[in-house]
Amino acid sequence: MQRELPSPAPVNLPTQSSRPGAGERRGSGFWRGLALLLLIATAFIFVTGQFFDVRYDYTLVIVALGGAILGLLSGVIGSFAVLRQQSLMGDALSHAALPGIAIAFMLVGRQMGALLIGAAISSWLGAQFIRAVISTTRIKQDAAMGITLAAWFAMGLALLTVIQGQQDASQAGLAHFIFGQAASIRLDTLLTIAGAGSVILLITAIFWKELKLLTFDPIFAATVMRTQPLETLISTLIVAVIVMGLQVAGVILMVGLLIAPAVAARQWSRRLDQMVVLAGLFGAFAGSSGAIISATDSGLPTGPLIIIMASLIVAISILFAPERGIVTALWKERHERIMLARRNVLLGLYRHAQSHGNVYATTPEELIIGLYDGEGKQALQWLAQHDQAVQTGQRWQLTGAGVAAAEHSLNEHPSSVTG
Amino acid sequence: MPNQTPPHALDIEDLTVAYRSQPVVWDLDLHVPPGVLMAIVGPNGAGKSTLIKAALGLVPRAAGSVQFFGKPYDEVRLRVGYVPQRGSVDWDFPTTVLDLTLMGLYGKLGWVRRPGRAEFDRAMHALEQVGLQDFAHRQIGQLSGGQQQRSFIARALVQEADLYFMDEPFAAVDAVTEAAIVNLLQELRSLQRTVIVVHHDLDTVTDYFDHVTLLNVELIASGPTSEAFTEQNIRRTYGSRTLKALGVS
Repeated sequence: MQRELPSPAPVNLPTQSSRPGAGERRGSGFWRGLALLLLIATAFIFVTGQFFDVRYDYTLVIVALGGAILGLLSGVIGSFAVLRQQSLMGDALSHAALPGIAIAFMLVGRQMGALLIGAAISSWLGAQFIRAVISTTRIKQDAAMGITLAAWFAMGLALLTVIQGQQDASQAGLAHFIFGQAASIRLDTLLTIAGAGSVILLITAIFWKELKLLTFDPIFAATVMRTQPLETLISTLIVAVIVMGLQVAGVILMVGLLIAPAVAARQWSRRLDQMVVLAGLFGAFAGSSGAIISATDSGLPTGPLIIIMASLIVAISILFAPERGIVTALWKERHERIMLARRNVLLGLYRHAQSHGNVYATTPEELIIGLYDGEGKQALQWLAQHDQAVQTGQRWQLTGAGVAAAEHSLNEHPSSVTG
Repeated sequence: MPNQTPPHALDIEDLTVAYRSQPVVWDLDLHVPPGVLMAIVGPNGAGKSTLIKAALGLVPRAAGSVQFFGKPYDEVRLRVGYVPQRGSVDWDFPTTVLDLTLMGLYGKLGWVRRPGRAEFDRAMHALEQVGLQDFAHRQIGQLSGGQQQRSFIARALVQEADLYFMDEPFAAVDAVTEAAIVNLLQELRSLQRTVIVVHHDLDTVTDYFDHVTLLNVELIASGPTSEAFTEQNIRRTYGSRTLKALGVS
């Protein structure tokens, strides 16, 4: 039986258009992504503290920690949501939380625990409604989620208006749920978030292998384990993270905190554990930096700031991540083109000379330029710098080294053009 | 002496599967003796994949009963392996070929327990069997279609099941992969394993399989290839146009 062997990682093999990273086993971007993040995070504290009058006092540290933990949870759990292609579901769930918050407020007043429970119930009802619509009608999933999202959110807004008319003194806090307000995090809230967060992270770690399989291949998963409880578990985790995150990110933009860190992390990682860790750290940075800026500046809502920070990370990742980054890919492509031009020009000089009976015969420059344009000119210069060709007037001649390189390239290792 | 014969690998009785009250599989009886290589063939929409999924409980059954080795599925879950269609997962998922192969052992490992040394060795062995040992640490997204299919089969091999279902393993694969899968099927049969394969290429049925099931919503025929894979049965399954295309007259 024949086997396909991996091509030995080619250095400078211009003729083969190898896919970026196809040959390498290690060297994923994980560590580079991590290093970049640590650098940005540290610099962020320095720059904001030194040049933007951000005072890192006790209150602000609490707020920053809260934002960090919520961002961390969002990144970790959001990774599963993104890989399960449930991003829009996250959006629907967060919008659907609003009426629950309003109703809980009308019933028991401004108690954080009650508001969050209301949010969770409302969110859960929204999810059940979506499921029911999909399974009983011919309405497709995206439309079902869209209509539920809009309906629940509209109900929530209407109820908030009603509350505003009745008890204008205490409703102020509720509007924060729409755009998020990190300044609402106090020590007791922080401890609650940390406690719940520990449980969520612990559950993720304990059921890691099951969650991975269910996320990658739910059909196969159903043949080797009971997936129904696991489906419920992962939905519960997503709802729990959304509901807790609402305080800082708000119902409108919560989905961004859930998705953006995961999308960014995917660019740098080739394994699920790398992706989840990186997404958690990206989320933590976005959450805390957004919270810091919002808490120190004139009451800017936190949600938009967090999402701006998260989107910046996404943009950097999409552009510059090794293997998957756009700029990286362009750079690699350019590099391969240059290598190809060098080889072509070298062999062109060699063959042209050969056709004149002597490998040291000269070749007119315009022939090379005509064939390979500016790249041909650059290649000639490179060959001259590396003593593989010399220019005499408007003609080019291979040197001994150039002839050797060309013959070597033709015979055995096409990669040896560069010596 | 019915008690002396080994139980069938698969017994399906009166199976009906419907999707939006449209029957996809209709009142089907199927008995598969142990140790055979069986192809399931039929035109598009004949319910081939649905039959497998319904047997494994992946889609709800409107009626009927299914037994594996004379027992309900839940009791013999670990003796039944499954290779889903390659297109059913996102190959851009961040994981390695070795990790994907290890997933075949999750059932035996049970909840929470992690794969250890023995599991890694088992997975590497399976990757050798499908010729992917040098790709163990590659990302699955870097594999060709045929290599993806082989990694799926490696995941099933580590299950060490007695009965395998494979959904279209030969669909759109290269010649190397096709030959590798055929070899593996022969090897599994020599180990007395039963393999049921959803297949689309009528030309290779007699070469690759010793049993065949012809299906078009209803069961047309099932049995040893020499008996069941007749011109008349194929005509009843596909209609006469396909036969002409195949050059059978």
